[in-house]
Amino acid sequence: MNFAIVSAIEQGLLFAIMVLGVYLTFRILDFPDLTVDGSFALGGAIAATLIIDGMNPFLATLIAMAGGAIAGTFTGLLTTKGKINGLLAGILVMISLYSINLRIMGKKSNLPLLREETLYSKTQALSIPDITFGGITWLTGEAIIFLVMVLLIKFLIDWFLHTDLGLDIRATGDNSRMIRSFGANTDTTTIIGLALSNALVAVSGAFIAQYQGFADVGMGIGMIVVGLASVIIGEVLFGAKSIMRVTLAVVLGSVVYRLVIAFALQAGLEATDMKLITAFLVILALVLPNIMKRALKMGKTVKGG
Amino acid sequence: MLTISNVNKTFNEGTVNEKIALRNINLHLAPGDFVTVIGSNGAGKSTLMNAISGGYIPDTGTIKIAEQMVTKWNEHNRASLIGRVFQDPMAGTAPNMTIEENLAIAYSRGKKRRLGLGVTSKKRALFQERLRMLDQGLENRLKTKVGFLSGGQRQALSLLMATFTNPKILLLDEHTAALDPKRAALIVDLTLKVVNENKLTTLMVTHNMEQALNMGNRLLMLHDGSIILDIPQEKKSQMTTNDLLRAFEEARGGEKLTEDRYILA
Ligand SMILES: Nc1ncnc2c1ncn2[C@@H]1O[C@H](COP(=O)(O)OP(=O)(O)O)[C@@H](O)[C@H]1O
Ligand SMILES: [Mg+2]
Repeated sequence: MNFAIVSAIEQGLLFAIMVLGVYLTFRILDFPDLTVDGSFALGGAIAATLIIDGMNPFLATLIAMAGGAIAGTFTGLLTTKGKINGLLAGILVMISLYSINLRIMGKKSNLPLLREETLYSKTQALSIPDITFGGITWLTGEAIIFLVMVLLIKFLIDWFLHTDLGLDIRATGDNSRMIRSFGANTDTTTIIGLALSNALVAVSGAFIAQYQGFADVGMGIGMIVVGLASVIIGEVLFGAKSIMRVTLAVVLGSVVYRLVIAFALQAGLEATDMKLITAFLVILALVLPNIMKRALKMGKTVKGG
Repeated sequence: MLTISNVNKTFNEGTVNEKIALRNINLHLAPGDFVTVIGSNGAGKSTLMNAISGGYIPDTGTIKIAEQMVTKWNEHNRASLIGRVFQDPMAGTAPNMTIEENLAIAYSRGKKRRLGLGVTSKKRALFQERLRMLDQGLENRLKTKVGFLSGGQRQALSLLMATFTNPKILLLDEHTAALDPKRAALIVDLTLKVVNENKLTTLMVTHNMEQALNMGNRLLMLHDGSIILDIPQEKKSQMTTNDLLRAFEEARGGEKLTEDRYILA
């Protein structure tokens, strides 16, 4: 059990980078971006292929990030310049990426990284001591590195969203007519937001491939739903008052999500059931507030009438 | 400051829904002109505003602002020259962003937006100073999300934001119509103050005839896509709302202005 928790925390932190990306599109741009499923696997595919080719894993991860940014740019171009509905634009790029990822992986659906030097093996080689307390390991040495890295990314996003350009991107999702009347090109801000988001998603995919020791062409399936679940769980549990607060909340949401999954598995559910459970979590989170609102209103009219 | 020449705009051309919204509009505004615009529902007032701001590109004709031919410019490029306040108090501000963040966006009108911090302590002092003018206590609520403000407060903020960087042209499209009379009066006062202090060249659409007569130095009446009356200051200052109604009838050859929503008193 302890092992399951510890690895859930490690995974939660690595997936948190993807969740931050989903937060950028879903909440900041108000754009449900389905590219995510494709760009997550794209990150894994690029990193694994390059690492197997002998490239430095750090560089390979950076290139994976650039790949994600390009994927996001395509979705952005389709929806702004091509005037394709946002959901459809995302689906089109996601599906295209499935073929592209297979090509990148040399038509193999799975690339093992067993004996390769990866960022994960490098992290392990640092042998940072675990944090144990009361005889239980809470954070492994690796998880501490992951945490520092994720927090660094979180603070970078916080900073970016408070720059002039960041304000434009936030206003694009909040009131696009208004921000155009102040001179922002909302096509450009949408594309930048999507590129940034998918860059983060691809980095997360690259990290996960190195962490689990393989890239798989199907590793991104359902990722958008995992991202949404984590964002919503984080916001509900940890608040969404300010940008700094909510970026921290969604990181924690990602960890909580992995813990929930770990417990569900512990309770005897199959790994293959997890997608259903995740979708159910998202549906619950989206529907519950409406039901509560209606219940509140009904309560009021009953009392009032 | 603003020259509109031979502008035509037809919506859904060649379909059963064809609608000519602007017919051969010619209009020149000198710097500092404050022109009020009235006209019945569907007369083309908002379309005229959108043609100037770049929201719609006219079918024919040219638009010149501050000696620059902007006919082919995008809305966001023209925004460096134009400040706008919409009828809907929700339209001019970003509700999930704070007052100071909204003002930072207004502050950077016409500038390249890069990676400098949007709100700095220097800008914050300026924002507070300008907010004080609104007399709404907003200078002490810089970190409040704009969505929490009342409609009147949001419209006051919209007006401040639209005029923050002294645009070449200020477009006001029934910007008091959605407010209760007390709040509307407050926004009217603010409008006069801001426009006079900064000598802004202004085009203000209103459905309130008294406002149209009392504010500004020139009055236009639009009907069915055409400017049917153009009343200069000397004449306007002598007119009553009844004179205005009569002038409309004359211009229309006997047709009466039947419009409940016009506020005559
Ligand atoms: N986007 C549009 N598509 C089709 N018709 C429009 C559109 N915008 C305005 N119109 C039509 O053009 C005419 C002028 O509209 P508008 O300028 O909004 O009038 P006003 O602001 O004077 O009430 C109206 O008949 C309106 O229905
Ligand atoms: Mg109108």
